[in-house]
Amino acid sequence: MAIELKMPALSPTMEEGTLAKWLVKEGDFVKSGDILAEIETDKATMEFEAVDEGTIASILVAEGTDNVKVGTVIAMVAGEGEDASSPAPAPAAEAPAQEQKAGESEAPAPKKAESGTQQLASSKASTVSDPAIPEGTEMVKTTVREALRDAMAEEMRADDRIFVMGEEVAEYQGAYKVTQGLLDEFGPKRVIDTPITEYGFAGIGTGAAMGGLRPIVEFMTFNFAMQAIDHIINSAAKTNYMSGGQMRCPIVFRGPNGAASRVGAQHSQNYAPWYASVPGLIVIAPYDAADAKGLLKAAIRSEDPVVFLENELLYGRSFDVPRLDDHVLPIGKARIVRAGKDVTLVSYSIGVGVSLEAAETLAGEGIDCEVIDLRTLRPLDTATVLESLKKTNRLVVVEEGWPTCSIASEITAVVMEQGFDDLDAPVLRVTNEDVPLPYAANLEKLALIDAAKVVATVKKIA
Amino acid sequence: MAKAPAKKATTEPAKSNRERPSEPERYKASKEELLEFYKQMLLIRRFEEKAGQLYGLGFIGGFCHLYIGQEAVAVGLQSGLDGDKDSVITGYRDHGHMLAYGIDPKVIMAELTGRGAGISRGKGGSMHMFSTEKKFYGGHGIVGAQVSLGTGLAFAHKYREDGGVAMAYFGDGAANQGQVYESFNMAELWKLPIIYVIENNQYAMGTSVNRASSEDQLYKRGESFRIPGIQVDGMDVLACRGAAEEALAWVRAGKGPIILEMKTYRYRGHSMSDPAKYRSREEVQAVRDKSDPIEAVKRELEAMGVKEDDLKPLEQEIRKIVNESADFAESTPEPDPAELYTDVLVESY
Repeated sequence: MAIELKMPALSPTMEEGTLAKWLVKEGDFVKSGDILAEIETDKATMEFEAVDEGTIASILVAEGTDNVKVGTVIAMVAGEGEDASSPAPAPAAEAPAQEQKAGESEAPAPKKAESGTQQLASSKASTVSDPAIPEGTEMVKTTVREALRDAMAEEMRADDRIFVMGEEVAEYQGAYKVTQGLLDEFGPKRVIDTPITEYGFAGIGTGAAMGGLRPIVEFMTFNFAMQAIDHIINSAAKTNYMSGGQMRCPIVFRGPNGAASRVGAQHSQNYAPWYASVPGLIVIAPYDAADAKGLLKAAIRSEDPVVFLENELLYGRSFDVPRLDDHVLPIGKARIVRAGKDVTLVSYSIGVGVSLEAAETLAGEGIDCEVIDLRTLRPLDTATVLESLKKTNRLVVVEEGWPTCSIASEITAVVMEQGFDDLDAPVLRVTNEDVPLPYAANLEKLALIDAAKVVATVKKIA
Repeated sequence: MAKAPAKKATTEPAKSNRERPSEPERYKASKEELLEFYKQMLLIRRFEEKAGQLYGLGFIGGFCHLYIGQEAVAVGLQSGLDGDKDSVITGYRDHGHMLAYGIDPKVIMAELTGRGAGISRGKGGSMHMFSTEKKFYGGHGIVGAQVSLGTGLAFAHKYREDGGVAMAYFGDGAANQGQVYESFNMAELWKLPIIYVIENNQYAMGTSVNRASSEDQLYKRGESFRIPGIQVDGMDVLACRGAAEEALAWVRAGKGPIILEMKTYRYRGHSMSDPAKYRSREEVQAVRDKSDPIEAVKRELEAMGVKEDDLKPLEQEIRKIVNESADFAESTPEPDPAELYTDVLVESY
C-alpha cells in the first residue's frame, strides 16, 4: 500500500502553511531522515523529513502552493515492491481549497490534536471603525505579527535610542517571528539576542532605560517574565516615584500572554491582572492589528514603563490596518468596537473576538450587545465603560484569564462604586475556569471561555 | 613502602594564558589629595553617626544602613571616576557613595527624615536616593538588583559610545544572587564597560561570608565568565584608588568588565535594628583599633607633616556641615499631601 505524506503541523497553533519547495522529485528513492520539502509556516521555514522508505510515486501539491491545510496529502510514496509509476488515486489529490471544504463536511478527517483555543481564535473584526482614523483612509490587510513588527521598525527608524533585546529576536528572526527582518534593517547593535536569562536581561534593559536609552525587551512569553518580574515592578515601575520624579524608565516589556494552544499550565497564563495592579506601570493588551500597531508605537514613545501583552493565537490573524504615515493611538482609551443598546460586553485582547462572536449570535436572537475593547488595562478607561452602562444598564465582562482578582473583578468593583444606579441586573463575568490550564484537548476546551458561554451568560440578564 | 612525593605541578592550578590586569599599585597621593580623601571620609563618618543618632531620636524611620567602617571604598574608588561621563549605582547602603560623589548632605539627610526637601522629595527614604545630575543611579532596595541595572547603564555607555564606565557596587551578600551571574555573563559576552565592586564587609546581615559562600574569595567569582578579579584592601583609601586606576584602564581599553573585591568591615549593625548577636564586640573593636581607614589616613598625613592640630579646623568644618544638615532635615517640612499622587507616571493619559 502506498504511503500518504501529509502536510504536517509544525507548531502548536499551525493550521496551514506554504509548501515552499520540494527537495525530491517523482521517482526519487527516499529513506527515513531525508529532507523532502521545505514548509513555510507563519512562524518559520521548516524542513519536512521522510519517516518511511520508498520511492516518491507522485507529488500532489506543487511547490509554491499557499494555504495548504494541515493533514492534506501532499505526496505518495510507494513502498518496496510497489509500482511507483501508477499510484493509487488519492482522495487528497484535490486542490487545497476543496480539501478544506471536504474537511468541513463529513469527510473522515484525521483525528487531530484539537485545542480549546480554537474556540478563542475568532477573527471577528470590529464593526465600528476607530474614530481616530480619518474617513477614507486606505486599509491594508495585515497580520497582528506584521503590525507589531512594523510598529517597532517605524519607531526605530525615527529614534536611534530604541533597540530590541530578547531571546531569539535577531538571527532566529523571533521565536514567534514578530521581530522578523529587524536584524537585517537595524543590525546587531540594535537587535540583540540574549542568553536565556530573563531576570538578567530585564534588569539590563531597565538599567539601559535609566541610562537614557529606550529599550524594547521581548519575552518569548510572559510566562517566562515571572523570572524577571522583580525588575518590571521593583525597578522599572517604582523608581520614578521613589526618586521624586528624577529617574525615568521609558521601556517596553512585550511578548505573548495568555493561553496558547495545548502547551499546558506553565505556558498558558494571562498576567494582565498582575501587572495592571501595579502603580507606575502602563499595561496594554490589544486585540486587532491596527491597535497592536498604534498602541505599540505609543508604548515605545511613552516616558513610562509599559507592559505590552500580545497574544500568540492572534499573531497570525489578519485585520485592516490604516495606511497612515504615523498610526499612533492614545494610551488609556477604550474603544466601542460594536455599538448596541441592550447589554454591554467588556473585554480585552483575545476576549474581544469571543465577545464579538457572541454579540453576533445574540443579535440573531434579538439581543443587541455593545462590545467595549479596553485596549489599555492601566490606566483603565472607566469612563467609556460607565457611559455604555448608562445606555444598556446591563454589563458582562469577558476575560480569557482566571476569575479571581481579575480585570473582570476590577470592572465589577468600578461599576458597583460608580455605576450602581445604572444597573438593572448584577454584573456577570465570563472567565476561564479557576484551574491551571490542562493539556488534554477536551479539558482545555472546558477550561477556556468561548462565545457559547458568553451567550448563555448574557441571556441570564437580558 | 614510602609514598612517592606528590608532584607539585599537579596541585597548582594551570596558569591561564588569558590577559590579566596588573596587580594594582597603591596610589601616590599628594598632600592635597590625601587631605581631600580625609575630609570626604570624615564627612561620611560624621554624617552616618549623626544619622544613627537621629534614628535613635525617631527622626529617621524604617531601615537605615550605615556605611561606618567602609568609607575608604567609596571615597577611594569614586575619586578615580570621571564625574562627567561615568555612572555609579549601588544597593541600599548608599549614603556614603552619595557623599563621596559630592551630593549635598542636606538633601540626603532630609530624605532620611522623610521631608519634602529630600533628594527624592521624601518619597524614597534611605534606600532609594538618586541624582541623575551626578550620574548616581541609586539607591536600590532589592539585594543584587543594582548589578543588572548597572550592567544596563554600562550597556547604555557602550551603545552611545560616550566613553563612560559604570561602577556597580554590591555586597558579599548580593554576590550570591543569581542575577549577578546572569549579568556577568552578558557583560563579558558584550564587553560592557563596567566595574563590579564587591564590598565584602564580611557579613550579609548576620551571616558571615564563610557561612554563605562556597567560594569565599569573591574576586574569583567572575572566573567562569572570563571576568578577571582583583582583591583589594578596602580599609586603605590609597589601595582603593590604585585599584580604581587599574580597573578603569582595563575597562576603558575595551577589555570588558572587571571585578574588584574590596575587603572591608562595617562597624555598625546591618541596619539600625541589628541585634549584633552574630559577632563579638571584641571583633569589632579589634578592627577599629587596627584597621580603621580614617585613622590610617591620619597617620599618613602625619608622615607628610600634617599635625593633628592642623586637622582640627577641617574636623570642625565637617561637624558644622553635618549639624547643619541635621538641623535642616529636622526642621524642613514634610512633603505636601498632594505629593502622594505625583511622580507615579511621567505622562498623563
